[in-house]
Order: sequence, then structure tokens, then C-alpha cells
Amino acid sequence: MISIKNLHASINGKEILKGINLEVKAGEIHAIMGPNGSGKSTLSSVLAGREDYDVTEGEVIFNGKNLLDMSAEDRAREGLFLAFQYPIEIPGVSNINFLKTAINEIRAYNGKEAIEAKDFLALIKEKQKLVELDSKLTGRSVNEGFSGGEKKRNEIFQMAILEPKLAILDETDSGLDIDALRIVANGVNKLHSKNNAFVVITHYQRLLDHIVPDFVHILFDGRIVKSGTKELALELEAKGYDEIKHQFEKLQG
Amino acid sequence: MIAERSITTQKIIEAISAKANKVGFVVDTELTEALQFLETNGIPNNKHEDYKYCNMDAVFKKEFKNITQEFNEIKNTDVKPYKLEEAINLVVANGTYNESLSDKIIVKGITIKCLNDLTGNSSPVGNLAKSNSDAFVALSNAFSGNGIYVQVQKGNLIPMPINIIYINSAKEESLINPRSFIHIQPNAEVTITERFVNVGKKAFSNFLSEKLIEENAKLTSYSIQEEGNESFSVNTNQVKVGRYATYDNTTITLSGQLVRNNHNVVIAGENSQSHLNGLFLTSGTQLVDNHTLMDHQVPNCESSELYKGVINEKSTGVFNGKIYVRKDAQKTNAYQSSKNILLSDDGTINTKPQLEIYADDVKCSHGTSTGKIDENALFYLKARGIGDESARKLLLAAFANEVVDKIQIESLKTHLETELNKLY
Repeated sequence: MISIKNLHASINGKEILKGINLEVKAGEIHAIMGPNGSGKSTLSSVLAGREDYDVTEGEVIFNGKNLLDMSAEDRAREGLFLAFQYPIEIPGVSNINFLKTAINEIRAYNGKEAIEAKDFLALIKEKQKLVELDSKLTGRSVNEGFSGGEKKRNEIFQMAILEPKLAILDETDSGLDIDALRIVANGVNKLHSKNNAFVVITHYQRLLDHIVPDFVHILFDGRIVKSGTKELALELEAKGYDEIKHQFEKLQG
Repeated sequence: MIAERSITTQKIIEAISAKANKVGFVVDTELTEALQFLETNGIPNNKHEDYKYCNMDAVFKKEFKNITQEFNEIKNTDVKPYKLEEAINLVVANGTYNESLSDKIIVKGITIKCLNDLTGNSSPVGNLAKSNSDAFVALSNAFSGNGIYVQVQKGNLIPMPINIIYINSAKEESLINPRSFIHIQPNAEVTITERFVNVGKKAFSNFLSEKLIEENAKLTSYSIQEEGNESFSVNTNQVKVGRYATYDNTTITLSGQLVRNNHNVVIAGENSQSHLNGLFLTSGTQLVDNHTLMDHQVPNCESSELYKGVINEKSTGVFNGKIYVRKDAQKTNAYQSSKNILLSDDGTINTKPQLEIYADDVKCSHGTSTGKIDENALFYLKARGIGDESARKLLLAAFANEVVDKIQIESLKTHLETELNKLY
């Protein structure tokens, strides 16, 4: 699905990612954990195509194509999805118009005709149920006046509509109460199949009680310093990040 | 200085006098005053505070050296694209009300006349717009065409909009002075669209409209400026709002090499409301200059203004909003907002709120913002597969729609959305 090799990235001359290596296959769920400032959000932004970052070294192959050569919109059209940590409010652009434009641009890229109005409405209805999103919200402007939980659910709703091959969830659990967390996790679990993959970026272990990862990676100072199975997350929860920091600093001498 | 200014003015006066109609609906004293004002003050240049960004004298010197005042005949087919299906369509062709191009009036409560049918001292024309206020008012008072008078009689709620099309068809450089007087009598209500189009060559349109809204009456007015980028215009609205009356105007500028709007609202009746909204999208070397005046003369009135601009390439946008709260105008509630998006490094936007408040118990506020397109929003849309061009269009439409949504005539709104989509 995606193969990240020796990825270095910096912003305003400051290096944040210092050689990331990660291989995600179809059907897998990977969790990336790490303390604040370790580069988690930078990684998701660089993969999604945010232009503020300079990739200085390394390569990312996504389904056989060089991801870093593509514009942000083409990455999305190829099946990459980023659920934003802080979804953007866009007053004046209705959710419906936004989603319809997105679906049709993706379809056009893949040589398909625009979606029929009735099929589109049916799709909206079906996916709204999946994330228990109030139908009133879809009629409003994108994320405008949404609560924190509603914004995150709207991200999962968009993901359900666009059916990406690879979804990166950037701290989707932050700011969610336990009910919203359950709804979000439920949505992800229902969408998960052998044909798609998820990268779940999180600071805490609690999301991983609901979305069970196949692999857990610990990101520290711009590198993946440890990888393992879901038990690693529990170990991290018990020991805290200080232990990791300590080990790492010892290694650095 | 005066002598030099007069040269431009003198040339204009000579060029248009020869072919001008007799302006019978403006009283003689006003006419004399108009000519005197023009001779003394001339056409304003950029040393004039109100025309700082809009050197009209230079425009005439450069663009209108050979005013011919020759026009092509305007046919039904010229006007048809601008008629609105659901409206009563009226046509003012090269400044003259043209009955044969206009719809028949079958609705009760409306009187339509040529301005020339209103004569002498009983004519209300010129009561609101005084020559000594501005050179372009004086120019209109002296040389106005035989414009249109629209009256909605007492107590009539007109069920359909009135659409006035001001259409010009100059063969060569011409100066046209279209004019209207809109009179909404007490307890009457109507929606009036004024559309400005040009099917001819280079034209300068000096439009003047006096709008009198009497007690408890309501006028919803839309000004749609789409004269094309070979046109120059000054558009003056001189409005008087009576007790418990409501005046709403939305001005949308789709094109025009130079468009200057002087929108002056005299709030003369207590408990009245006045709302001005504006939208302009400029590119090339266009200049769109919106000057507004909310003159609160009496207590307990509300006014609001929302002007939005999208400025691209080397074009210039201006918003100058003056709120004048007189000593007696206690409990005034006035709000003004100017928001702009600059799309290029060479574009310019000048915004200036001017609040002059002489009453002590008032609520007045103003806000202005100018920025680039929101990069975070742009990235969010792209991250969902929406291409750069579509994403920008979506964001600009979202910005503009706050003003476009004020338009309550479906076919007009559709037309605007189509035209605006070409400009985003």
C-alpha cells in the first residue's frame, strides 16, 4: 500500500522528520504513537501534501506511484485520506456541495462520470448513519459552528463517503468524550477491509482499545525508535514516554 | 487651477450641449446652479478628497477626447438578455425612457412616466440631489436625459419586481446621463432592480437616481453593474428614508473599466432602517470605488453596510464609508464592514471608514479586513481531492455569497452566479 523510506522533512529550515521508515500493507492497521513534538503531525501533513514542509530526503511509494511528486489533490484522488487533527471551518461552502465536488473530481480523475443526484443522496444517508451524524449538520457550511466531536465525526463521515485506500487519522481521538470515541472507532472498524489500510496517529493508548492495531510504532525526535504489536502500546501506557526518552538519550550517548 | 479644470468641463459641456434634450423637469434655478457649479469647480481630479483614488478629470482628458454623442438604435434583441421573466421590465435607452421596449404595466398601484412629463415647480426631481453636492450631480442636473419616474402609490404591495434596464449604445465616445426618480409612497412596498449594460462602444455613464421612501414604506433595490470593461461610470444614489421605512440596496459590480458609486442615504425619519451591501470583483486595470454615506439625522434608526471585494491582477478597489450621526440622532445603531481578498501582488485595496458622531447615546462600529485566500481552507479542500481551480472557486463563491444571497429574485441570482463563476 505505502512504503516510506528514509523520509526527511523540515519546516523553515528546521528538520522535523529525520529518516522515517514505514511499510503498510493492505488490510493492516498501524498505530503511530509518540510524545508531543515528536513529528507525528508533520508526518501526516507531509504525506497529505502540505506545501509548508520541505522534503529533503527519502521517498514514499503509494500503490506503485511516487507520492511526493503528486499534488495534494492527486494524492487524495489516488486514495489517500487524512483525517485532520483540527478540521478547518469553511463558512459559505456547504458540506453537501463540498462532498459532491470532491466525489466528482475524484471520479473524473479516475475516468468516471459524475455521480447521479439520487445515488449521491443515498450515499450521504447511508454514511450519516454509520457515524451517527445529525443530518442537519450536512446541510450546514463545512465544520462551521460544529463542536469538537462533531468535527471529528465529520472527518470520519467524509472518509466513509470517499472510501480511501489508505486513511491517516491524525489524533482523531483528541478532544473526544468516550461516546464520540466509540462512534469514531466504530466507523473505522466498519470501513476496515482487506483492501484498505489505516494509520492511526495518537498520543494515548485509549483509542487503541477500540481500534485494534496490527502494529504499533513509537515516534521520537523524528524517527521511529521502536516497533511492535499492540502490546507495545500497553507497555508505553504503563511506563510513559519518559522511559522511551531516557532509553533514546542513552543511545545517543 | 480653476482655469485648467474648466477646460475639461468646457469641452464636455460643448460636446454634449449641442445634442442634449431640454431638461424641463429640473427647476431653472437648479439648472443655473448646476452650470455655475461645473464652471467653478470642474470635474474632480485626485486632489479632491472624495476622488483621491478616482481622478475623473484625467479620465475625461485621456479617454473622452472626442465625444460624439452618436448612438445606434437599440432593438428588442439588445434588451432581451437583461429582461427578467418574473419582473416588469422597463428600458432606459441612452438615457431616455423607451416605452416601446418596455413591458406594459398591468399591475395596479404603479405609475411610470418620462421625467419630461414632470414639469416645473411641482416636479420632485432635483429635490434630493443638489448640484452643489457633487460635480456629477450638477452634470446630471444640467444635461440629464429624459429618464424614468417610478411611483408606487400609497399602500400598494407590488407582487412582482420592477427591473429597470439602463442600456447604452454609443457609436463612438459618448457621455450619457441616465436618470431616475423612484418614489415609494407611504405603506407601499416594492423590489426594484436597476441593471446597467452597454451594447455600444466606449461610454461614460453618469447615472443619477433619487429615491424617496416615505413613511412605513419599503424599497428593496438591487444595482447590477455589467457594462463591460470599455465602460466608465459614476453612479449616484441619493436616497431619503422616512419614518418606519426600510431601504435595502445590494450593488454588485460585475464589470466596468471604472465604476464609481456614490451611495448617499439621508436617514430623515425615526425608526427607519437602511442596509447597503456591495460586492465587486476586479481584474486587469479596473477601478471600482464605492463611496457611501449614512447620514443619521434623527433618533432611533438603524443602518448597516457590508462591502466585499475580490481584487486581482493590477486592479484597484476602494471602499470609503462615512457614517454621520448628527446631534439629534440619539439611539442610532450603525454598523459597517468591509472585507476584501487580494489575489495578486499588484492589486490595491483602499478602505476607509469615516465615523463622525455628534450624539452621545449611539452604537456605532466598523470593521475592515483584507487578506489573501485562506491557505488552510484551500489545503483542506485539496486534501479531499478537489483541484486547485475548483477549490479557489469554491472559496471565492463562499466569500461572495454572503452578498449574493441578499438577491431574492431567482432568475437574477442564477444569472449572477453564472457570471460570477466566470470571474472567480
